[in-house]
Amino acid sequence: MAGLERVSDQIIEPSTGLGYVKTMKIQLIGFLMNFWISFSLALYFHSGEREEKCIIEDVPRDTLVIGNYKVQRWDIHKQDFLETAPGLGMFVTVSSPSAEVLLSKLYGPQGTFSFTSYLSGEHIICLQSNSTRFVAFSGSKLRIHLDIRVGEHFLDESVVQAKDKVNEVNFRLEHLIEQIHHISKEQNYEREREEKFRKTSEETNSNILWWAIVQTLILISIGVWQIKSLRDFFISKKLV
Amino acid sequence: MLLRGSGTAGLWGWLTLLLVACEARASEITFELPDNAKQCFYEEIVQGTKCTLEFQVITGGHYDVDCRLEGPDGAVLYKEMKKQYDSFTFTASRNGTYKFCFSNEFSTFTHKTVYFDFQVGEDPPLFPSENRASALTQMESACVSIHEALKSVIDYQTHFRLREAQGRSRAEDLNTRVAYWSIGEAIILLVVSIGQVFLLKSFFSDKRTTTTRVGS
Repeated sequence: MAGLERVSDQIIEPSTGLGYVKTMKIQLIGFLMNFWISFSLALYFHSGEREEKCIIEDVPRDTLVIGNYKVQRWDIHKQDFLETAPGLGMFVTVSSPSAEVLLSKLYGPQGTFSFTSYLSGEHIICLQSNSTRFVAFSGSKLRIHLDIRVGEHFLDESVVQAKDKVNEVNFRLEHLIEQIHHISKEQNYEREREEKFRKTSEETNSNILWWAIVQTLILISIGVWQIKSLRDFFISKKLV
Repeated sequence: MLLRGSGTAGLWGWLTLLLVACEARASEITFELPDNAKQCFYEEIVQGTKCTLEFQVITGGHYDVDCRLEGPDGAVLYKEMKKQYDSFTFTASRNGTYKFCFSNEFSTFTHKTVYFDFQVGEDPPLFPSENRASALTQMESACVSIHEALKSVIDYQTHFRLREAQGRSRAEDLNTRVAYWSIGEAIILLVVSIGQVFLLKSFFSDKRTTTTRVGS
């Protein structure tokens, strides 16, 4: 919590009125602190050095998806995950539902990536490290912290602190409107998917009906052919 | 993005809000779990935080997975085998790293798509009460109630989306199975019935005469 102490020192200084520079500095530190806090508390999982880990995001079209990640490498000597691993980067690949690649870039050990979906469907976000070490290097693994946000329905705290009440409520209302738009987009997407589901079910239904009819016809014709063929055969063999 | 005219009180309020905000975290991830594989996730939780883990299997096999949640000292808080969907709420009794794992080790060749939602802590209040002189105005309380309602709408929507995805996956499975089975059975039917006739014919087409009668 070193960041907090730094900012509180600045605040305790006697202020004759916050100057422009001081305000900006405090805001910048606070913004960076927000970044740091959000990284240090994220969910994480382990992965092999050259292993590709993918997650699936099913999103409607024109949706902004933002991802934060941080990767740490296991150090054999210290028996712990290193805070910063020099030269370690992550390839981030995002594929659209039509298997087209939307984003494919190499980022550093910590980064933010974002993409906007053109089509609605399952987008696959894959992370792979650019490590060139041999896989046989036992005990080596990566710790990946990951945080994915879909749509912009998260609160941006740094804009909130206006003393102006109207502005604050205004900002909250905009945030609510954004949430409603996101819900509406998801509903439309849901309608499309339900239609596809219904078509599949109806196709299965007609397939079964068609197959039952075809099977009956095959059975009848095969039966008739069998009897005819055997009768002709026996007649030719003078058994009947 | 300038903090116009905000005094130290505003900054303290902002910092406190940040502290509260960093306690609330919700991660939801949909990932594919290959057969015979196990995937674990870790999160550092502060003591006393109320957390909820919810998971659902979307596609694959019998739509079930093993789930296990362990505390920092290895104590098993939740363990279920072959569950399709479940939701588990607990309060962190100690500080430390909590670990939860999904396992598909019982399955030989189906890989599953699993969705989970891990919510840590409560969401921060919309209008922080630190630097507030009076109670919330009507506008603000209306905002708060709309926000709560929208959050639950989004929650229901997610559940509905997952259930629909699961239903659709089953329907598509059924469709392909019916298609393959009907073609397969048509082929088998033709092969067997034509084979029967030829086999029968082959019984009667020996070189030696089988129709010599005794006493002719």
